[in-house]
Amino acid sequence: MEIKNAVAGTLESGDIMVQIAPGDGLQVELQSSVAAQFGRQIKALITETLTGLGIDNAYVKATDKGALDCTIRARVTAAAVRATGKDVWKD
Amino acid sequence: MMFVPGNNPGMMADAHIYGPDSIMLDLEDSVTMAEKDAARLLVHNALKSIDFGGTEMVVRINPLSTPYGRKDVEAVVKAGVDVIRMPKTETADEVRELEAEIIKVETELGCVGRTLIMAAIESALGVVNAYEIATASKRMMGIALGAEDYSANLKTQRTPEGSELLLARETIVVAARAAGISCFDTVYSNLDDMETFRKEVELIKNLGFDGKSIINPRQIEVVNSVFAPTQKAIDKALRIIAAIKEAQAKGSGVIAVNGKMVDRPVVIRAERTIALAIASGILSKEEAL
Amino acid sequence: MRHTKVVTLEEAIRRSGLKDGMTISFHHHFRGGDKVVNLVVAKLAEMGFKNLHLAASSLSDVHAPLIEHIKNGVITKISTSGLRGELANEISHGLMKEPVVFRSHGGRGSAIASGELHIDVAFLGASSCDELGNASGCPRSENAKSICGSLGYALPDAKYADHVVILTDDLVPYPNVPKSISSCDVDSVVVVDSVGDSSKISSGAIRDSKNPRDILLAKQAAKVIINSGYFKEGFSIQTGTGGASLAAVKYIRESMLEQGIHASFALGGITAHMVKLHEEGLIGKLVDVQSFDKVAAESIAKDQTHQEVSAVEYASADHIGSAVHALDIVILSALEVDVDFNVNVLVGSDGIIRGAVGGHPDTAEDSALSIIVCPLLRGRIPCVVPKVTTLITPGAGVDVVVTEYGIAVNPGRPEIAERLAAAGLKIVDIHDLAAKARSIIGEPDALPFGDKVVGIVMDRHGKVLDEIHNIVD
Repeated sequence: MEIKNAVAGTLESGDIMVQIAPGDGLQVELQSSVAAQFGRQIKALITETLTGLGIDNAYVKATDKGALDCTIRARVTAAAVRATGKDVWKD
Repeated sequence: MMFVPGNNPGMMADAHIYGPDSIMLDLEDSVTMAEKDAARLLVHNALKSIDFGGTEMVVRINPLSTPYGRKDVEAVVKAGVDVIRMPKTETADEVRELEAEIIKVETELGCVGRTLIMAAIESALGVVNAYEIATASKRMMGIALGAEDYSANLKTQRTPEGSELLLARETIVVAARAAGISCFDTVYSNLDDMETFRKEVELIKNLGFDGKSIINPRQIEVVNSVFAPTQKAIDKALRIIAAIKEAQAKGSGVIAVNGKMVDRPVVIRAERTIALAIASGILSKEEAL
Repeated sequence: MRHTKVVTLEEAIRRSGLKDGMTISFHHHFRGGDKVVNLVVAKLAEMGFKNLHLAASSLSDVHAPLIEHIKNGVITKISTSGLRGELANEISHGLMKEPVVFRSHGGRGSAIASGELHIDVAFLGASSCDELGNASGCPRSENAKSICGSLGYALPDAKYADHVVILTDDLVPYPNVPKSISSCDVDSVVVVDSVGDSSKISSGAIRDSKNPRDILLAKQAAKVIINSGYFKEGFSIQTGTGGASLAAVKYIRESMLEQGIHASFALGGITAHMVKLHEEGLIGKLVDVQSFDKVAAESIAKDQTHQEVSAVEYASADHIGSAVHALDIVILSALEVDVDFNVNVLVGSDGIIRGAVGGHPDTAEDSALSIIVCPLLRGRIPCVVPKVTTLITPGAGVDVVVTEYGIAVNPGRPEIAERLAAAGLKIVDIHDLAAKARSIIGEPDALPFGDKVVGIVMDRHGKVLDEIHNIVD
């Protein structure tokens, strides 16, 4: 799948900003205010969400401000939709 | 009903702790065009994952006439939203169009009939058509006034005493009552003027509204205190309900409390008092049984 | 013949007889605006001192320059109540060979009084001082620049240190009365350009929190107090300075007015909120170990019933006469509370030191009713946890925990749980709160602690309570 540079999310508390760029394999770089306790899980969730959307090659830079899993999933999906131009909804 | 911007995850996760009766996640006016897609995904995932503690969840979608409306319906119905709020409703046909969209998604999911509709009336035409809108679908659970757009449409502006909204408010209450559904008043945006806010809540309660839309948790206490029935009224209502139960158990058709006959409107008012006491947090559900 | 103790800083240090390996002390009444610690330690480094023990009542973000002095061997040991900012971060990562010793305010007072913490030279900043060393935190001239009000945390140092140096930026004519520190306890006076940045010492007027969560927590805390059984004529109270704690005072005030109840005294760090209630006649006396804002500092300067107390008089466990023993109600905050009601106010959930012990264990243990107010979650950081990262206040002294998801009462205080439930408050099991937090944020990974001990937490009775290990990135 062809990937363009795209970004979704904000740097507000409880949110995560996800930047996607073309890459070779899935590379995730994470900056998080809760890295010590959740960094491993957040990276895994980002990878899982992208793989679920059929994206296997991308460079992802995420800046997390304590987002919950549902927010991370939403922001990664939004960035992926913007990067690929392929929406998850029908219309 | 507390409005929460649909693109603010921090506010969404927190909203229910303040105890609003319902939460309205907004995909419409509080979300810029560039963020419609992201907010839709955020609301979808939040509805699926966050435990809102049993609070009724409403999502205000974008009008179906925009490129976002249909995707909004798909996203929120799939996430199991309780109520879709349709903005700027002007005709019954628009409600039926939304219903058809909802059915399309529900059929795919195998849950036809799950999602309810609330229509926001925000124009002169909408007010004129209020009863038709209120009765356009079996899914209609309520109608609400959106005062900013409405007053602009009337070519006037909002005033503290709200005289420009009087006809719309009365029409909406009457239409809702005639249709047997709920009605909700518009928001009040000046958070620093709790006195005027309180007066407005008192006004709309007296007009017959079931609730008020709010934009900040700080407004909840005022709404609850205005809508809360007095302890005397609660005690009386509890006695009436108890008498009905007793009469039903005995198979008796005649109900009397303190020697006075209790007729149908009294019972209805008593039930409403109990419901309000529960909603205002004065009475627990167990105590009301 | 007219005497003067005014000398240069270098001369004061020389006269003090300070030697390598000795203990120097400081107070933290200038909070984030403090200039005394950095100024003095820089001079000590310049004069070639090594291997010193720095015993401060607390340290904050502004003390990051100490990192260099630690690396250069000038400071090799620290005792304090708190650490914040870059200094705390570096120490958490293993900057020092010797662990930092953390004590509560009462614990520090006791340790100094008993000689367990012996101070060789105390360097104490003062807002005003005369040339013989009568020192005060109150302004005494138009030139007053750095005003802090009470000097409560500096008083044990002044009384028990072998040698006392006062640093001031406002030298006033003798006699500087009323005084906090007496000339009899002072050996030298040093005049400096500035002892503190006044904009960072304290804020101005009352600012009410508009954060809806703070307001929710404050209302719940106020309801707990009002229905606890301790809210009656002549009660006494202490509150922290968090948004929720301050807002709670506002709701308590409303109930005091409604029910015609007056407090006998308010204790601890005094804020503008407390001064307002005092001036309205709702609180009889203010017992002030630290004036938290400008209003409190102005009040203590002019009001006979607003009294300064030393850290010993405030919160010592050893002195039955210390004020905490007479305290009915305290509202406290927490970084973490665990299911045994143990509290951590020192180490962040990332394992990095970012707080202060303060008077937390002192007031929790000795008050009749201690209430912890904290959100269940701060973003994705849980505040109610299975086990605290670091034990600061043992759960035996903690009675009620107020969160936005319900109120938990220590099983050791069933009568309080009954009273609160009877008042219609939602009482929950603290295990359920911890489980609720987990259900929202998920299961966190264990923190990457190393083997090195970077901090030792002393309890207020002088025993080791817990150890803090280094964090590995």
